[in-house]
Amino acid sequence: MKKYFCEIKIMLKRGILDVQGKTVENSLHSMEFQNITNLRIGKFVELNVEAESYEEAKAIVDSACSKLIANPIIEDYHISITE
Amino acid sequence: MKFGVVVFPGSNCDHDAFYATQTNAESQSEFLWHKDTSIPSDIDCVILPGGFSYGDYLRSGAIARFSPIMKDVINFAEKGKPVLGICNGFQILTEAGLLPGTLMRNTSLTFICKDVHLKTLNRNTIFTNKIPENTILRIPIAHGEGNYFVDDDTLKMLKDNNQIVFQYCDENGNVNAESNPNGSMLNIAGIINNKGNILGMMPHPERLSDIALGGNDGLLIFKSLIDSIL
Repeated sequence: MKKYFCEIKIMLKRGILDVQGKTVENSLHSMEFQNITNLRIGKFVELNVEAESYEEAKAIVDSACSKLIANPIIEDYHISITE
Repeated sequence: MKFGVVVFPGSNCDHDAFYATQTNAESQSEFLWHKDTSIPSDIDCVILPGGFSYGDYLRSGAIARFSPIMKDVINFAEKGKPVLGICNGFQILTEAGLLPGTLMRNTSLTFICKDVHLKTLNRNTIFTNKIPENTILRIPIAHGEGNYFVDDDTLKMLKDNNQIVFQYCDENGNVNAESNPNGSMLNIAGIINNKGNILGMMPHPERLSDIALGGNDGLLIFKSLIDSIL
């Protein structure tokens, strides 16, 4: 078994209003940051996973994301794995 | 008729639900611990109460959905027995896939605790049959994540099958943007599954089931259940 390190980025799907992101963006606009746009807020998860191969590690994490870590109805996730 | 109120770590409306069913609705009630793996055979209706199960970590209801008792709650629901999810209970039901859609952060980004008015769109359910026609209910909400969202196809299915049970409205029954407290699609406050045995709602009927607390519109939901099951 090899040990892999995994980083997961979870973002609200495009088209779903990210009220938190919008609020932070509006606040920046009220400061001196008028040139900042499209601010969106997501989640970042790190974990270790033991698996025989990269493919197996990715499959395990993908399953964990779709079952619990992310909510596929409103969120997209991106997994990156290193050994 | 016996209600089973599931207690998760972080539930805080479990005692209210127990009191409303046992004392106000004059039925029987029992607490069910989240670590139990089966629902006692004499339970006729399971209530998933409000609160902040597992501290709302990750997403509201996401962790509670995997509590040991949930396997049997899903079993219970699949047998067609009644399950009522209130607030955090509604969130748990969507996370468990027992009801479609999800509850997102309120558009105001604030936690809202106030009385709201509800229009009952479907009185032909085991949860709503005691609600008189054209009655606007007054029931409190208390949530930070009650903004109901679902994809367009499922929303159409909910409408076509009469699965939207409650909508937020004003005291005269007008459903509009002003009476929508959290940004929910179509002012949705509560939905039922297609089979009609699982209801999820953000407002708290158990908090307004006793006249001494300022109203008892919520009692109609428990009375409906008792009447349907007996």
